[in-house]
Amino acid sequence: MAKRSAPEVNAGSMADIAFLLLIFFLVTTTIEVDSGISSKLPPDIPPPDVKIKQKNIFTVELNKDNEMLVEDELMKIKDLKAAAIKFIDNGGGENAAKEKCNYCEGLKDPASSDHPEKAIISITHSRATDYETFIVVYDQLVSAYSVLRERLAQKLYNRSFKEMEASYDDSKSPEFKSEKLKAKISNIKAKYPRIISKAEPK
Amino acid sequence: MSKFKKGGSKELPAISTASLPDIVFMLLFFFMVATVMRDSSLKIKNNLPSAAETEKLGQKNLIMFIYAGKPSDQYKSQGEEAKIQLNDKFANLNEIASFVAAERASKREAEIPQLIAALKVDKETNMGLVSDIEQQLRKVGQLKINYTTKKGSGLK
Repeated sequence: MAKRSAPEVNAGSMADIAFLLLIFFLVTTTIEVDSGISSKLPPDIPPPDVKIKQKNIFTVELNKDNEMLVEDELMKIKDLKAAAIKFIDNGGGENAAKEKCNYCEGLKDPASSDHPEKAIISITHSRATDYETFIVVYDQLVSAYSVLRERLAQKLYNRSFKEMEASYDDSKSPEFKSEKLKAKISNIKAKYPRIISKAEPK
Repeated sequence: MSKFKKGGSKELPAISTASLPDIVFMLLFFFMVATVMRDSSLKIKNNLPSAAETEKLGQKNLIMFIYAGKPSDQYKSQGEEAKIQLNDKFANLNEIASFVAAERASKREAEIPQLIAALKVDKETNMGLVSDIEQQLRKVGQLKINYTTKKGSGLK
């Protein structure tokens, strides 16, 4: 008998097997990160009985036909952002610490909101309102606040608010979690606090 | 000269593919590490609305998903009404509390305040259902929420 060496295992199909696995993982997994509008619900305790002047409340009402009433008048959604900016940035009076709003560029109309810190946007909707309509309206209101914050950031620090927030969260940037930047960001956030209240549907 | 020119075939040698499996395995491991398994299959229509002012949701393990929408075509027997889906099955409103409790129990103590409830709600759902869900979340003290949306402008 001639000496027989052990036959080599053919590894040619190994690649095929690995490809199969790879494709399986590609199909069953997701790489994208979800994004959305963050919001905070009020705690489940009866609200404190504070008197809020009617002029400091900006009412947005959505009915079952997805129509929008702003301050009891019919309005198109595309006009909402400008109206909200006008209301928040009015600065017609004083805040709780009796200071005038020195960074507001609004009309200073005494019949509209006193101060951005006091301005409240209240959304009411009916049970039959579409979720999409609500999100579009909510998005417009949030973007009204970001426009104002952006403007203030440009004025105070000469840079974009979005970029400031991004470099605070970015581990590669030199300002990652920097205290100084955090103070700036919270300063702007405190000057234009996002107060959007969502009333329970009628 | 003949030292270098050994006689024989002058054909090009075949490219060795022996390292191909290694390369593919490397890719495979990359995808296994960098991606997350799709955890639940949807039984509802889930066409998210779009919004411009979105923020990215950070760590995936700190998010609990609450889906809502009309049952998809295979589940027509469940009716036409919009329904809530938790994990893999349809749920009632009062099951949200236990769902949140279960999610919290599976996390470390320090992570609980950072938990976010992401509402993945179909465009055509009525706000009534959404606010019912929100009321339930308020009751159990899960106040951080996120309306998951697509990127883009919702304005028509």
